[in-house]
Amino acid sequence: MRTGKNLRVEFTFALALGALVAAPLAAQKAPAVIAIRGAKIHTLAGAPIENGTVLLRGERIAAVGADVEIPVGAQVIDATGLEVYPGLFDSISRLGLTEIGAVSATVDTNELGSYNPQLLAATGVHPASEHIPVARANGITHAVSAPGSGGGGFFGGFSGPVIPGQASLIHLTGWTIEEMLIRPSVGMILNWPSIQTRTFDFSTFEFREKPFTEAKKEYEERVGELEDWLEAAKHYAQAEAKGSKDRFERDLKLEALAKVLRGELPLLVMANSARDIKNAIEFVEKHKLKMILAGGAEAWKVKDLLKQENIPVILRPTQALPGEEDEAYDKPFTNAGELDAAGVKIAFATFDSADSRTLPYEAANAVPYGLPRDEALKGITRYPAEILGVGNQLGTIEAGKVANLIVTDGDPLEITTQVRHLFIKGQPTSTDNRHQQLYEKYRARP
Amino acid sequence: MKRILIFVLLILGLAALEAPGARAQGDSVTVIQNATILTVTRGTIENGSILIRNGRIAAVGKNVRVPQGATVIDATGQYVSPGIIDAHSHIAVDGGVNEGSIAVSSMVGIEEVLDPDDINLYRDLAGGVTTANVLHGSANPIGGKNAVIKLRWGKDAKGLLFEGAKPGIKFALGENPKRSNFTPPPGVPRRYPATRMGVMDVIRQAFTEAREYRKQWQQYRERVAAGKKNVLAPRRDLKLDTLVEILEGQRLVHAHCYRADEILQLIRLAEEFGFKITTFQHVLEGYKVAKEIAAHGAGASTFSDWWAYKVEAYDATPYNAALMTQKGVVVSINSDSAEEARHLNQEAAKTMKFGGLSETEALKLVTLNPAIQLQIADRVGSIEVGKDADLVIYDKHPLSVYSVPQMVLIDGLVYFDLKLDILQRAEIEKEKKALQEKEKKKDEKKEEKKEEKKPEEKKPETKPASGAASREEETR
Repeated sequence: MRTGKNLRVEFTFALALGALVAAPLAAQKAPAVIAIRGAKIHTLAGAPIENGTVLLRGERIAAVGADVEIPVGAQVIDATGLEVYPGLFDSISRLGLTEIGAVSATVDTNELGSYNPQLLAATGVHPASEHIPVARANGITHAVSAPGSGGGGFFGGFSGPVIPGQASLIHLTGWTIEEMLIRPSVGMILNWPSIQTRTFDFSTFEFREKPFTEAKKEYEERVGELEDWLEAAKHYAQAEAKGSKDRFERDLKLEALAKVLRGELPLLVMANSARDIKNAIEFVEKHKLKMILAGGAEAWKVKDLLKQENIPVILRPTQALPGEEDEAYDKPFTNAGELDAAGVKIAFATFDSADSRTLPYEAANAVPYGLPRDEALKGITRYPAEILGVGNQLGTIEAGKVANLIVTDGDPLEITTQVRHLFIKGQPTSTDNRHQQLYEKYRARP
Repeated sequence: MKRILIFVLLILGLAALEAPGARAQGDSVTVIQNATILTVTRGTIENGSILIRNGRIAAVGKNVRVPQGATVIDATGQYVSPGIIDAHSHIAVDGGVNEGSIAVSSMVGIEEVLDPDDINLYRDLAGGVTTANVLHGSANPIGGKNAVIKLRWGKDAKGLLFEGAKPGIKFALGENPKRSNFTPPPGVPRRYPATRMGVMDVIRQAFTEAREYRKQWQQYRERVAAGKKNVLAPRRDLKLDTLVEILEGQRLVHAHCYRADEILQLIRLAEEFGFKITTFQHVLEGYKVAKEIAAHGAGASTFSDWWAYKVEAYDATPYNAALMTQKGVVVSINSDSAEEARHLNQEAAKTMKFGGLSETEALKLVTLNPAIQLQIADRVGSIEVGKDADLVIYDKHPLSVYSVPQMVLIDGLVYFDLKLDILQRAEIEKEKKALQEKEKKKDEKKEEKKEEKKPEEKKPETKPASGAASREEETR
C-alpha cells in the first residue's frame, strides 16, 4: 500500500516544515483536522458508540470514541442525532468505464480479444464521469472498477473475453486518476468459460440452442486455452525468478499473469451456475491460485465447498430473477443469507455504473430473507475491504484507517435515508450531482 | 422435462388455492384483522379490519364485526396496502413483444398471445403486484394493442383479463421506433422512420388515413340510415379500425417517450387530431415539460431511477416522479421488467428520498395513480368500500426496504401465501427428484438397448435462460 506509507512521510515532513518556516505556509501545509461530534458511530469494528466523536486528520482517522478530545482549531461538524458509518464500497462496478450504454464511443469496458491480462481498468477510468458523483450522493465512497462482462449477466449468458484485464480500486473523487487511485490492481478478472447450450444471438435477437456435446467441446477448448496461457506464464515466471528474463523478449501479458501465479494477485472468477463454480474451484486448486468468486447466483448450492476452500464471494445483485423456472421465487434473495450462515464471507456489488448508487439495497434486500442486518452492512463496507486485501486501510472506523465515511440521518440500507455529509480521504466531499442539478434547474421553471 | 415441472407446480398451486376455506369463491366472507391499513385515499387505520364479501371490500375500519362463518386472517403487527398496479409490463407474453417489421402495427394485440403459464406472473404476484398493463414493445411509432390483466395465477389466459378495463395501445417515440440502437440482421433493410421527424410523420400519416377511413364509414352509415339501396361498404381495415377507436376516445394511448421535445410534439399532434394521450410511458424528461403534460391531461408513468443506458436517458433523474407530481401531473412508477416489478413498493419509496414526496404520495405512485391512468380507479387502487379486494399484506411498512409480502389477494381470494409457498417447496423438490429419477431410468433402458450399436452420448442439458435481458433492451 504505497499511498499509506507515503502519506505518513508527507505528514511528518509537513509537520516539520510547519515548525520551521513561517506561519502562513505552515497553515497551508498542516493537515486539516475535522471533528464529527455528537453522532452515533457505527465503527463496524465493535459496538456502536453513542454520542461519539470521530477525529479526522489529513487523509486518516486520527481517533474515534466517546471521549475524544477535540483539538483547538479543528473544524467541528455537529452531527447530533445523526449516524456515522464507514463509506460504502461497491466491490465490482463499471464506474468510470462507461457513460451512455448504447453509445459505444463512451463505453470502455470490453476490449477485443479473449486474453488481455495486461489491461488495467484504471487506465480507462474517466474521472469526470457523471456517474461518479451520482453514486457518491448515495454514500458510495470507493469502488472497484472492473473491465469485461460476466457476473452481472444472466448466468453468464454473454460470451465475453476470458481474461478481460485487472480491476482497480478507486476513491470516488479526484481531479485525476492518480488522486482517485487506491490500488491499481486488486485482482485479475477471469470470466469462467461456461458450458452454454443456449446462446443469445444479437444479430437476430433470438436464442440459439446447440447440442450439449458441442457446447462441452467448446468449453473444453476454452479451458485448454486458459491452461496454455497459464503454462506459458509459469515458464515466464520461472525465467523471471532465475533472473534470466533478459534472455528473451519481455511479454506484458505473461508478466501480468505471472503475478497471479505467484499469488500476488487473486483471480476474480466470474461464475454463476453451481457447475461453473465447481469447475472453477477445481481449476484454481490444480494451479494453486487465489480465488474470489464473483457473481455466484447458485453459490448457495456449493456453500459448503466454498466454506471448505475458504473462498469469499462478491455477489451479483440480489434484485434478480431466479435462474430456473421451478426455483423458489425468492432464491436470489436467500442466497446471501445461506452463504453467511454457512460461514462464507460475502460482499455485495452492482456490477454496474449508473446503478452503483443502488448498492445498499442489494444488501438490504437479503436481510428479510435470512441475512442478519449487520452482516448486510458489513457486506458493503468491511467485508469487501477484507476480501480485496485492503482491510487494514478501509472498511471500518478505526484510528489509522483512511477516512472514507458517511454521516446519515438513519440506516444507510433504508431507501428513505439521506446522506448528510460525506468524507473521502478525510475531505468533506460534495454530494451534488447531475441529477440534483437538473432537478434544481427544472424545479425553477416558471 | 421443464414443461412437466411447470405442470406439477401449477397443479400444486391450484390444489393449494382450492383447499382451505379462505380460497372458496362465491358468497365467501373474509376478514383481515388487527392490521395497519394504508387505505391511500382515507389515511392510515391502526389496528383495523377489512371485511371482504364476494370479492369486494364490504367494510374498512376499526370496528368491523366478524360475520358468522367468515374466514379470519390475523394480521397483527402487519400492514395492508392496495395491490400494486404495474402500469408498464411485458410479463405473460408468449414470444416477442414487438411486431417491429412495420412502422404501424395497430392491428396486432397482446390479448391474443397471453401466456398464463409464464412463471413471472407468480414471481410478480409474490412481489405484491395484482394488476399489470401488459404492453406491446416500442419498435413502432404506433404499436400493438395492450391487455390489462390481473395476476390470477392458475387461471387461463381469459381468466387473467381485467374485465371491463378500457382497451389501449402502445405508441413509441425516439430512439426505439427510429431503430437507432439496433442493427437489422444481414439482408434486412432498414425501416422507415429513422429520425424523430419520420416518427411524427408516420403517426400523422396514419391518423390522416384513419380520419378519411372514418369519414367513409360515416358516409356509408348515413346513406344506409337514409334508406339508400345498393350502397357499397368501405373495405374493412383492421389497422385503421384501431386508430378510429383512438379518435373516438374508445382506446387509451400509452406513449413510450424520453425527450421533452418529442413529448411536446406528440401532445400537439394529438390535439391536432382531437384525441388525448392517456399516459406518457418512461417519460424520463417529463419533468422538463410537466406543465404541458398536466395541461394536456395526460398521466406520466416513469422509472424510479434508471438512467444513462442510452442518449435519451442521459437527462433522466430520480427526481422525475416527484417533480412531475409537484407540478400537477398524475404520476405512476412502473417496472417494464419482471424483476423490477417485484419491488415496485421500494421503487416508490425512492421518491421520498428524491424530491420529498410524502408516504401517501409515494404509495399512490404504484396503487391509485396507475389505476387512475388505466381508468380502473373505480375498481382498484385504494382500500375503499365497493372496490375489488386486491390487497397485499406486508410484515413491515411497504415503503421500507425490509418489508416482504406475506399474502396477496385478488378479488378477495388468496393468490399468494408465503407460508404456503414455503410449505410447497419440499413437495416440489420431491416431485422433481422423482421425475428426474424416472427420466434417468428411461435413459438407462434406452442406453442398454443401444449399447452395442452406438457409443455413449450424453443427454443434452437444458438451462432455461430467461429472455428478460434482451427483452428489456427492446422495450425500455
